[in-house]
Amino acid sequence: MSQFTFPPSIRSRPVYGTLTPRAGSAHLFIADAEGAEAIIAMATPEIMAKGHIIYIAKGTDYEVQLRALNPASFYAGPSYGAAEQRIHKTLADAKMGLQVYLTGTEGLIGQAQNAAMQAGVPHTAIQTEHRGSTARRMQCVHCKGITEDVETDPFVCSHCGLNLFVRDHYSRRLAAYQGVCIDAEDPGTVPAPKGIYE
Amino acid sequence: MSGAEKIAVIVTDIVPLNDLVTRFEFKPTDGSLLPTFSGGAHTVVEMHAGDITRLNPYSLMSDPMDQTAYTISVRRDDEGRGGSLFMHRNVKVGDKMTISYPVNLFSLDLRAKKHLFLAGGIGITPFLAQIKQLERFNGNWELHYACRSESLGSYVDELRDHHPNETHIYYDDQEQRIDLVNLLDGQPLGTHVYVCGPKGMIDWVRQTAEAEGWPREAIHYEEFLAPQPGKPFEVKLAISNKVIAVGENESLLEAMEREGVDAPYLCRGGACGQCETRVIDYTGNFIHRDHWLEDDEHASGEKIMPCVSRFEGKTLVLDR
Repeated sequence: MSQFTFPPSIRSRPVYGTLTPRAGSAHLFIADAEGAEAIIAMATPEIMAKGHIIYIAKGTDYEVQLRALNPASFYAGPSYGAAEQRIHKTLADAKMGLQVYLTGTEGLIGQAQNAAMQAGVPHTAIQTEHRGSTARRMQCVHCKGITEDVETDPFVCSHCGLNLFVRDHYSRRLAAYQGVCIDAEDPGTVPAPKGIYE
Repeated sequence: MSGAEKIAVIVTDIVPLNDLVTRFEFKPTDGSLLPTFSGGAHTVVEMHAGDITRLNPYSLMSDPMDQTAYTISVRRDDEGRGGSLFMHRNVKVGDKMTISYPVNLFSLDLRAKKHLFLAGGIGITPFLAQIKQLERFNGNWELHYACRSESLGSYVDELRDHHPNETHIYYDDQEQRIDLVNLLDGQPLGTHVYVCGPKGMIDWVRQTAEAEGWPREAIHYEEFLAPQPGKPFEVKLAISNKVIAVGENESLLEAMEREGVDAPYLCRGGACGQCETRVIDYTGNFIHRDHWLEDDEHASGEKIMPCVSRFEGKTLVLDR
């Protein structure tokens, strides 16, 4: 099952919807891993005739099914970083009427949303649907380093090594949640890590 | 005191542009500097004609950074309630008037990569200020301006002289029409469209752009909505404990103000939502004319926008 209901939280925390076809001159899908299921669920031949998919498999096995949707163009890349040039170029060449659909993990959705916003798409006009892993993209507020795919709370910053508490405070600009040192007052006193939603 | 803060001004220049449109320039009576504003802002001009006080909003068309004077252009409306006729016939250079601080309900979205302006007739005025604002930082914009005829094309020559590459003019009487679908098609991602003009033009642009997949957030519009005359009616104001009569040529808001009731307002054109008033009781029909309330709110009979909407019927009791 690739869908997960996030518990209610503060206003800063992003909320995700369900991808729905909209009228448009072109349709750009950026997805990773189980996000493929959301595309397959909403794809129609009309949408895919003007549909462009940029997909990061992350070890999953959906590529054949996505190609079978017959999109106007299909790209599969090994990582978001590897796909980033293509995403920026696609958005830079795009015209008004483009519809943007983002689906998969929060890290993918957040980064692609940021790229689309910078290209001039209002963030409220971007459709998103969460699928698959609930891991988060975290920014350490102390060293500013980003740690991808964080599944536990607390976790160790992959840059400076501090023990960080996973907050729901989110930045659209950074496409990341905030991680704050959990043992600043009493160094070394760190609760045992558990799943973020446990 | 409701509404934006007031500024005492003197009329320093009046320039008739064509058969319908006249430009007015205002400077502060005390010689001070006016506030800067942002392109798309309007000012509310107070007009006193005998017992009648009118407060009409007009788009500021001068350079938003020019603090020495404000200019507005007023199109004469022979069928209206008389505000524009008052400006055309009664106002003379040297007159003292009161205007409001600028209020902007039609501002540029500065996140836009490109600004696409669509103007119809006197709807050109907010764009004149927006263009001056954008030119300061070399903004990317394009204007498509539809006028009835060459003789009624206010500011066409100025726009063509200063911005020959950005300005596109269409004359109705020469069967020239904005080719909207083609114009919208192929605009770079991040373009915002702005439309100001008659209601039919605004509806056409909004509907066409949405059908072409433009996000609502990238479609901006401002309609010049003046209160329309209508049958006189009576209103009971529950908080003020007054029964007032709304005359044929005044709005409900103006009638309340005439009776000394301090009712909130800002745009006086059915757009900003400031004057929203709760209906306590009614027997009759509302004539809703605002853009603020949703259709279901109009149908509910629970709210009215006194700046433009009217009532026909036996009783109306408002929470004011």
